[in-house]
Amino acid sequence: MQIVAVFFVAVLVNNFVLYYFVGICPFIGVSKKVDAATSMGIAVTFVMTITAAVTWLINNLVLIPFGLPFLEYVSYIVVIASLVQFLEMFIKKTFPELYKTLGIFLPLITTNCAILFVALIQAMRSYGFITSIAFGFGAGVGFTLAIVIMAGIREQLEVADIPRPFRGAAITLIVAGVLALAFMGFTGLVSA
Amino acid sequence: MKNETLLSHFGKGLIQNNPVFVQVLGMCPTLAVTTSAVNGLAMGAATTFVLFFSAAIATLVNVIVPSQVRIPVYAVIIATFVTIADLILKAFFPPLSAALGPYVPLIVVNCMILGRIEAFATRNPILPSLADALGMGAGFTGALMVLGAIRELLGAGEIFGAVIFGSAYPPMLIMILPPGAFLVLGILMALFNHLQEKDIPILRKAG
Repeated sequence: MQIVAVFFVAVLVNNFVLYYFVGICPFIGVSKKVDAATSMGIAVTFVMTITAAVTWLINNLVLIPFGLPFLEYVSYIVVIASLVQFLEMFIKKTFPELYKTLGIFLPLITTNCAILFVALIQAMRSYGFITSIAFGFGAGVGFTLAIVIMAGIREQLEVADIPRPFRGAAITLIVAGVLALAFMGFTGLVSA
Repeated sequence: MKNETLLSHFGKGLIQNNPVFVQVLGMCPTLAVTTSAVNGLAMGAATTFVLFFSAAIATLVNVIVPSQVRIPVYAVIIATFVTIADLILKAFFPPLSAALGPYVPLIVVNCMILGRIEAFATRNPILPSLADALGMGAGFTGALMVLGAIRELLGAGEIFGAVIFGSAYPPMLIMILPPGAFLVLGILMALFNHLQEKDIPILRKAG
């Protein structure tokens, strides 16, 4: 039961973009077209799920038993950077079709703070292995949901007459604020 | 580049190329921790600390690091200073450390830091790099503090914990909750754009 709750909390209640404000850069940068936003969302979900599993193993099998928690940040960032690089090579070789859609988004993900945030939160809350994976997957689905909704709205905004100073990042932030307001309606739906 | 003084490097980051309002970098901490002016100030100071020392080390090791592996090397340097900043906050300012929570380690992936190291520090001598790091850090801190102060004022009627509006003011809770962050930053950014279009000399876009 806890696993299901953790998943839904990560998707809806504590949405990574709209509640924790992580992954804002791709959220603003890659949300102009629905297609690109969907690909970005899938790539992020993929990397997040794997990162949750790998950093759980590192934290619980290496850092904690050997008393090295001060190396947490350094080891996570190295693991994430190499993992993304490795995934890129793996997908390019094995699934060239998938690579065509996700390819350009993978390198961008290294500097996506949402990925590091998954690793930090699962360590901070001492989740179990399966719960961590559910959390990573849920966070990715939540990110995809937010960025696709945003892209849908921005495609409509293209034809709207926006006052000059608000064009670009400013109106995107305000739309995100309204979205965050809507997502607050999910508060209390599931308790973690 | 030659006739530019250290002061002008500092000033560019502060206003004309402000990392938050103009370059739209480092959005995660900007939105997440600015529920009060003091949190914004602390986050800005921690980020400036990390940027300053990482830029210094990155300029020094730049000559011996092959360019193919430079990004991982910078990431490790930044992560090291973030760990130091985190431990200092935990040891000397426990309430602030608790308020900033997981957003302190997230300084590692603050794109402003990697961006400044990549775009400026490794292409310039150490002194201008340090001036640039301080300017960008000050611009970032200033933006966070303004955002934090506005949200604290509207959301709690206080600035830096000092009561401004008195007890008759019903606090607009929404300003302290997540949506407030997006709304206030969006409006501030539009205001900044508007002022830049008016061509006030100090705000003029750096060419």
